[in-house]
Amino acid sequence: MAKKQSTGSNVNTSKFVQFSESLGTAYSSYLKNVKSNNQLLLIDSFLAFLVVLGITQFLFVVLIRDNFPFNAFLSGFIMCVGQFVLLVSLRLQLISPFPGISKQRAFGEFIIASLLLHFIGIHFVN
Amino acid sequence: MRQSTLLALESFQTILKALIFVAIFGVAISTRLFSVIRFESIIHEFDPWFNFRATKYLVSHSFYEFLNWFDDRTWYPLGRVTGGTLYPGLMTTSGAIWHILRKIGLPIDIRNICVLLAPAFSGFTAWATYEFTKELKDSSAGLLAAAFMAIAPGYISRSVAGSYDNEAIAITLLMVTFMFWIKAQKTGSVLHSTLAALFYFYMVSAWGGYVFITNLIPLHVFILILMGRYQSKLYTAYTTWYAIGTLASMQIPFVGFLPIRSNDHMAALGVFGLIQIVALGDYIKSQVSSERFRVVMMISLALIISVGISGLFLLTYMGYIAPWTGRFYSLWDTNYAKIHIPIIASVSEHQPPAWPSFFFDNQFLIWLFPAGVFLLFLELKDEHVFVLAYSVLCSYFAGVMIRLMLTLTPIICVTGAIAISKLFDIYMDFSVLLPSKPVNEIKPIETKDDVKESAALSEEDDDYEADLALDYEPSSKARWFDVAAKAIVSSTFLVYLFIFVYHCTYVTSNFYSSPSVVMPSQNPDGSVALIDDFREAYYWLRMNTAEDAKVAAWWDYGYQIGGMADRTTLVDNNTWNNTHIAIVGKAMSSPEEKAYEILKAHDVDYVLVVFGGALGYSGDDLNKFLWMVRISEGIWPEEVKERNFFTDKGEYRVDSQATKTMKDSLMYKLSYHDFPSIYPNGVGQDRTRNQKITVNDVGPLDYFEEVFTSEIWLVRIYKLKSPDALGRDHGEAATFDRTLQSGVKKRVVKKPTLELRV
Repeated sequence: MAKKQSTGSNVNTSKFVQFSESLGTAYSSYLKNVKSNNQLLLIDSFLAFLVVLGITQFLFVVLIRDNFPFNAFLSGFIMCVGQFVLLVSLRLQLISPFPGISKQRAFGEFIIASLLLHFIGIHFVN
Repeated sequence: MRQSTLLALESFQTILKALIFVAIFGVAISTRLFSVIRFESIIHEFDPWFNFRATKYLVSHSFYEFLNWFDDRTWYPLGRVTGGTLYPGLMTTSGAIWHILRKIGLPIDIRNICVLLAPAFSGFTAWATYEFTKELKDSSAGLLAAAFMAIAPGYISRSVAGSYDNEAIAITLLMVTFMFWIKAQKTGSVLHSTLAALFYFYMVSAWGGYVFITNLIPLHVFILILMGRYQSKLYTAYTTWYAIGTLASMQIPFVGFLPIRSNDHMAALGVFGLIQIVALGDYIKSQVSSERFRVVMMISLALIISVGISGLFLLTYMGYIAPWTGRFYSLWDTNYAKIHIPIIASVSEHQPPAWPSFFFDNQFLIWLFPAGVFLLFLELKDEHVFVLAYSVLCSYFAGVMIRLMLTLTPIICVTGAIAISKLFDIYMDFSVLLPSKPVNEIKPIETKDDVKESAALSEEDDDYEADLALDYEPSSKARWFDVAAKAIVSSTFLVYLFIFVYHCTYVTSNFYSSPSVVMPSQNPDGSVALIDDFREAYYWLRMNTAEDAKVAAWWDYGYQIGGMADRTTLVDNNTWNNTHIAIVGKAMSSPEEKAYEILKAHDVDYVLVVFGGALGYSGDDLNKFLWMVRISEGIWPEEVKERNFFTDKGEYRVDSQATKTMKDSLMYKLSYHDFPSIYPNGVGQDRTRNQKITVNDVGPLDYFEEVFTSEIWLVRIYKLKSPDALGRDHGEAATFDRTLQSGVKKRVVKKPTLELRV
């Protein structure tokens, strides 16, 4: 009985080890990819910046415990999120372009969508 | 040689397609003009009158004034923040058209633009349906779907000329949004997705039904993820749409912060979060072995789901996210509205439809609908999943609320067209008749019924033809047998199509083209007469009452009074304040003296009732009376009791057997005042309820005086008597007058009739 339990916990721990290991491998291969490609490095640093910006805004609202110009906060935050997903979309297309959409076109579409997003966002800030 | 014929065929095809589109536009617009031809260029029904009034306000004021419009002529004395509580898309569209036409030197009356807006947009709906269906199957199915969409009565019912309602442009936008979504989802193009978001924004600005899109697209994505069909394309399409669409939808004042506050929108947000995680998981999956990935997935899924659900509960509990709205609940529990919000249940378009109305609105498409869904199920590409989700959801919704038949119709047209086009692909292929050719020869086929095969048939079709050619080459008898079978099937369906067109035209011209402001009826000799009592009465109000007079009427007529009579109303079709409506309901169901008190307290000058008894018009106020009672009972259960309006046997009677409460109620008195006396023997025949009203049933009217009754008694307007000269209560004064009158008559027999005193 006791033995079984111990194996059970063993399996569990090994699963967690597997979990962290796989995350580790994914992370290291990611680093390798990014370092070899300057475009990706640029995009990813922008992504990181956006995440930081978004979290800062959120923390600010939490800290001052008031969201008075709520639309301003929302538009700032959503612009971060929106720009983030647009960038990720661009990144996905740069790594493996979708059939029928060249990298140049993908970039153009990204520009249009970002411009639109920021136009609406600025309109919403007031 | 082969190249040039192919090219010629292609250009011929393009021309033919263009011609077909012109024809479809023509049909879509002209079939909706029945109402203008039969009646006149007039705004229909109730809600369109408000939209029309708002549009007039928009073109006479600036856009900012329109958005900040505080309307003090409705909901007296509260007023309505109209600019912040309407969907401005429709008015802005027609306002923009008006301005553009003026700029290019075509000053057209704003009313005509409003009347003809819906037919104009129906053409675009047909085009969007074509593009949508083309993505699902091919252009021949697309053309069929467009043709169906142009004439399907289910859509025409809300888009005839004059029905200037939000739905008129909303269905177009719905289809365009879906079309771009399907394209975005197929190609992964950010541009298409952005366009989908833009049209989604337009849709949000036009109709509250945008919530349907907000939930359907995430549902599509969610199902695809569950089916293990996640691709980077899906991420690109969905996240772009959601980010831009959500931010854009918040620009509409009426929607405001709802997209992050209300539960209706939470599914989209949840799927947005989910797809981020799935994208991350997809990345990890590409890096590690599949066994390890399973472990990763299990652990992270368990974590995420528990955090997500508890977070949702916590936020709802703490009041950050509004719980689902009443209309939403009434979609799932059909009895919910009846019990909790009678005001929603009282609207006829919120009732569940009768089953025949499905056939009535879609004719043979309704039985092709499952067939089409089944055919799509066999193929089950990513975009087909969307159609499946759409059809399942909408069939249910349309079964619950008759109004939502409108959103079901497009998908019925699409799937029906797919079924028929699939059938024609096989059964209209008479190529076996041609002299035998090499197997891979390209054979274009054209039929007179707009169904065309593209020059390049798909792979399977080529194989199919090849099979046919191999199978039937040897025996000419078998070949003729085959042709005969095909001819029978395809001609049957051509007949069906023909009947469909006939049915659509018939339904449109006879049932969906009535403005309901003006009603058609027949003279004894069979010629058509128009009943124009509503406009007569509203015009009387406009001409004969003070400009700031307040008119109390049941909320159905609020918009029309505001639009046609231009008088201040207490309640209207906006129904934003249940209590205020209940006040009018209470006044109508109370005895005269109490009603007078209530109405006086609200500064009311005139009371307007619609009475169909003389004409046999079933949509009159006495038939809606029970709703007034129910709604006011919801607020004052002590004072108004529904039971008291029914006889002991539980019948709703208005004749001599009616209960005392019923006979005392203001509505009863206003409706039947003087009604029996116009009949020779003093027994009035109520043709709506088929009951006899005698003079003794209708009590005297002491607090109100009749000022106007329209030609066939459809609309009756009463004035609240001004305070008695001697400061008496009106009831006392009238009783006194009556006793005096009878006393005088006893003493002096020959005295001039007293009525002259008035």
